[in-house]
Amino acid sequence: MSGIMTFIIALIVIAFAGWVFRFVGQKATNNAPTFRDMPFAVAFGYALGVAALIWAVWTYVQAQFILPEAEANKYFFFVVAIHGLLLAGAAAYVFRLLGRIVGTAGSRKLFRQMPLTAAFGVLVILVYAFMAIFAGALAPHGQEEVFAQANVVPGGNPALGGNPDFPLGTDQIGRDILSRLIYGARNTVGIAFVTTLIAFVVGGGLGFLAATLRGWVDQVLSRAVDVLMAIPALIFALLLITVAKAWVDGTGLTIAMILIMALIDSTRVFRLARAVGMNIVVMDYIEAAKLRGEKLSYIVFREILPNATAPLLAEFGLRFCFVFLTISSLSFLGVGIQPPLADWGTMVKDMSSFINYAAFAPQVSAAPLLAAGAIALLTVAVNFVVDWMLHRSSGLKD
Amino acid sequence: MSSDAFKDAETLVEMRDIHMEGRSDEEWHPIIKGVDLTLRKGEVLGLIGESGAGKSTLGLASMGFCRDGVRISKGSVIFDGIDLLAASAEEKRQLLGKRIAYVAQSAAASFNPAHRLIDQHTEAPISHGVLSKEDSEADGMELYRKLRLPNPDEIGFRYPHQVSGGQLQRAMTAMAMACRPDLIIFDEPTTALDVTTQIEVLASIREIVEEFNTAAIYITHDLAVVAQMADTIKVLLKGDEVEEAETREMLSNPKQDYTKSLWAVREFQRPQKPAVQTGTTPVIAVQNVTAAYGKVDVLHDVSFDIHQGRTVAVVGESGSGKSTTARCITGLLPPRLGQISLAGTALPLDYRKRDREQLKKIQMIYQMADTALNPRKTVGEIIGRPVEFYTGLTGAAKRKRVEELMDQIELPASQFIDRLPSEMSGGQKQRVGIARSLAAEPEFIICDEVTSALDQLVAEGILRLLADLQDKLNLSYMFITHDLATVKSIADEVVVMKDGNVVEAGPKTEMFTPPHHPYTDLLLSSVPEMDPDWLTNLLQERGVDNIGDAAVGKMT
Repeated sequence: MSGIMTFIIALIVIAFAGWVFRFVGQKATNNAPTFRDMPFAVAFGYALGVAALIWAVWTYVQAQFILPEAEANKYFFFVVAIHGLLLAGAAAYVFRLLGRIVGTAGSRKLFRQMPLTAAFGVLVILVYAFMAIFAGALAPHGQEEVFAQANVVPGGNPALGGNPDFPLGTDQIGRDILSRLIYGARNTVGIAFVTTLIAFVVGGGLGFLAATLRGWVDQVLSRAVDVLMAIPALIFALLLITVAKAWVDGTGLTIAMILIMALIDSTRVFRLARAVGMNIVVMDYIEAAKLRGEKLSYIVFREILPNATAPLLAEFGLRFCFVFLTISSLSFLGVGIQPPLADWGTMVKDMSSFINYAAFAPQVSAAPLLAAGAIALLTVAVNFVVDWMLHRSSGLKD
Repeated sequence: MSSDAFKDAETLVEMRDIHMEGRSDEEWHPIIKGVDLTLRKGEVLGLIGESGAGKSTLGLASMGFCRDGVRISKGSVIFDGIDLLAASAEEKRQLLGKRIAYVAQSAAASFNPAHRLIDQHTEAPISHGVLSKEDSEADGMELYRKLRLPNPDEIGFRYPHQVSGGQLQRAMTAMAMACRPDLIIFDEPTTALDVTTQIEVLASIREIVEEFNTAAIYITHDLAVVAQMADTIKVLLKGDEVEEAETREMLSNPKQDYTKSLWAVREFQRPQKPAVQTGTTPVIAVQNVTAAYGKVDVLHDVSFDIHQGRTVAVVGESGSGKSTTARCITGLLPPRLGQISLAGTALPLDYRKRDREQLKKIQMIYQMADTALNPRKTVGEIIGRPVEFYTGLTGAAKRKRVEELMDQIELPASQFIDRLPSEMSGGQKQRVGIARSLAAEPEFIICDEVTSALDQLVAEGILRLLADLQDKLNLSYMFITHDLATVKSIADEVVVMKDGNVVEAGPKTEMFTPPHHPYTDLLLSSVPEMDPDWLTNLLQERGVDNIGDAAVGKMT
C-alpha cells in the first residue's frame, strides 16, 4: 500500500516540477517559442527524465562508494550497465570524431551526418568483424582447449574465485570463456551472415522474378511462400533439422542448418522483394526497356535491382539479426551449431543454471550472461545502423 | 472586378521583406529573397511563376507555416493585425482552419480515404466551436449545392474514392469554406484536371469566393487560368518578385522582359504541312482497332493514319482512350480486333512477337520524365543502352553517338553525360527521354502528354525541339495531349477521341474552324484564354449548366 502511495506522490511532485519548469522557462526567456508552445506533457517528460537521471546517479554513487560490498552487490548489474553505457557513448563519440577528421570528403560527410547511435552501431559491427576475422590471433587459448580449473568466476579477482589467467573465467568443463566468445563471433556471426546472404539471393531473385513476370509464376511462388510462412518458423526449423539428422552429422548438420534457415528466411525476403519490385515494375522506364526488347535478366538485374537496394539493405540488417537470434536459439535448444565449435547460444545454454546466483553472487551469474550480452550488443548495433539507413532513404529532414 | 475596388478595403495580409531558406546538403539555400505582399479583404491575388519560383512556399508562408526543412529567416507576416511569425502555437491554431484555409493541388491525395467527405468537412467547424455537427452538415450540403456538385444532399456521405477528381476538388473548396475563412490559399487547384472539368471548378471557385467576399491567394503556373481568377497578379522568378499589377494592366501591358516572355509562349505556331497525296502508304495505320481491358471494351473501331513527317494530335479528356490507343500501337495491349500496320505491313499485335527491327521503329516519349528515366542510371547510360542494343556500337563509337544525340537535344555532353536524373530539371529530363527514343533511330514516335508536366516556357522549348527534329530526321509523331494550345502549335492533323471512339478527325485548320462536332466544340471552348473576361462571357453565353462535364453529360 505504501509503495503505491509513494508512487502517486512521486508522480504528483514530478508533475508539479514540470509545471514550474515550464513557467520559469517562460518568464526567464521572455516567452521564447520553445517554452511558450511547450505542451504540459512535454514539460512533464522533461521533469520525469530529470528525476530518473537523479535516481540513477544517486543509486550509482551509493553502490559504488557508500554501501558495504555485500549490499552493493544488489546493484552490481546496474553499475555494469552504467559503465557500459558511458564507455559505449565515449567510444562512439571518439569514433565519429575520428571519422569526421580522417578519410575522403565523402566519408567525412557521411560521419558528419551520422547520429551517435549509428556511429556506435558501425563501431560495434567493425569490432565484431575484426574479432571474427582474426579470432585465431586474438584469442588467448583455443576454443576446444580444456583446462584443469573449471567454473572459474569472471572478473579475474582471486578473492571472488577468479583467476587472472582467465579474465572472463572458464566454463563448467574448464574452457576459457574469453577465447570461446571470440571464436563464437566467427562461428555464430559468420554462419548467420552466410545464411542471410543465401536467403537474400534466393528470396530476392524469386521475388523480382514474380514481380516482373506476374501471372502463374507469381501465383505458384507466392502460394508456396504462403504455405511455408504458415508454419511457425522455429518449430519448422527444428522439425527439418531433426529430419536432416537422419542423414548427416557434424559439419554436415551445420550446413544443413544453414540451408534450412536460409530457406525459411527467404520466404520473408521474397515477400519484400516482390512488393518492392511491383512498385518498380510499373514505372515507365521498365516499360521502355520491355518495348526495346530487353531480356528478362537485363530488366531484373540492371533496371529493377539498383532501385531496390535501399529497402533490401535495410531488410538485410534486420533479417541478419533474426537469423542470428534463431541460430542462437537453435544452439540453445541443442540442434544448432555442434560442439566443439564455440557458439554463443550454446554457451548461454551450458551455463544457464548459474543465472540463479544473480541475487547473491552476481559475478558468478555473469558467466552465461557474457555470451547473451554479446548477442544483444550485436543485435542492438545492427538495428541502430539499419534505423539510420532507413531514415536516410526515407528522405526525412529531422 | 478591378483592384481599384479594393483600394479602400482593409488590409488583410501584409508580408514585408520575406526571406525564406531551405535546407539541403547541410546548408541553407535561399528560396525567397525579399518579397512583399499585400492582400486586402475580398481581393484575389494570383501568384504565378515556373516551378521552383517559390510560389507555394510563399503561399504557405502567408499562413505563417513552413514545410519541413524550410524556415523564414527574415521579414514579417501580419494577418489582420496578428503577427503570425511571433504568434504562439495556440494563437495560430485558432486561426488556421478557421480564418485561414488551404486548398491543395491534389484533392485526391489530401482527403483522408478512411473518412466520409462530410465528416472531414465538419471537423474544422466543430473543433473550432463555430458550428454544431448538425448545423455544419446542413451548411456543407448547402455549400455542395452552391458548388454545383451532383446530389448535394448525399454526396457528402461518400468516401473520397467514390467521387471524381473534379468533384473532390470542389468538395475540398467547400471544406475550406466551412468556417467562412477570411483567407483561402489555392495551391494549383485545377492543374491536375481535364479542361472540361477545370472550367467547372474555376467557375464555382470564383462564384463562391465572390459571394462570401473571401480574400484568396491563387497559385498557378497557368496564365490563362490566373487571368480569370485574380484581381491582381504577382509574377515570381526564382524567389524574386518580377512585377505586380492589376490583372488587366498586367495582361495588356507587362513591363518586365520575363513577364513578356511568359505572355509570348502561347504564340509559337508551326505552319501546317500540305495534305499528303492520296495513295501514299502511311507510316502507321491504325485499322478498325477494338481493344479491351479484361472483358470491357475501351476502344471501339478506332482507325486513323499517320504519314511520314507529319504530326497527328490525339486529343480528348482522361478516359477517352488516347493512351490506350498508344498501348495498342506499341503492342503492350494487343487489340481484340483490327490491326496495326507499319509502312504497309501488318505488325504482330503483341510486342513480344515483334522483332528488334520493328520495335526499333516505334518509340515512345513519356509524360512523367521522373518515372520514365531510371533514377539510378546516368544520362550516358540511359541514352547509351538503346544505342548499344540496336546498333551494336560499343566503347568510343557508342560514346561518340551518345554525344551526337545529346547535341541534338541541346544538352552539352561534357556537362550532363555523367549526371543522374535527380540532378536535372524537368525540362532537361524530358530532353533525355527524347534522346533515348532518338537513339533507336525510329521512324515514328509516340509523345504521350510530353509537355503537360512542364512549365509553359520549358514546354515551349520542348515543342520547338520536337518540331526541329521532325524536320531534320523526317519523323512522324503521334501527339497525345489534352492541351489544345499544344495542338494548335504543333499538329498537322487532329483526332478527337471520346469514350474510346474517334469523334472527329481532320487537318488542324479545319478542326479549329466551325462547325465542329459538339464535343470538339466543348473541348475547344473549355480552354481558358488570356482574356480576363473570357470565363464571364462564356458563362453568360452558355449558362452554368452548359459548360464542362455537365454539358458532356447532356451530350450522350
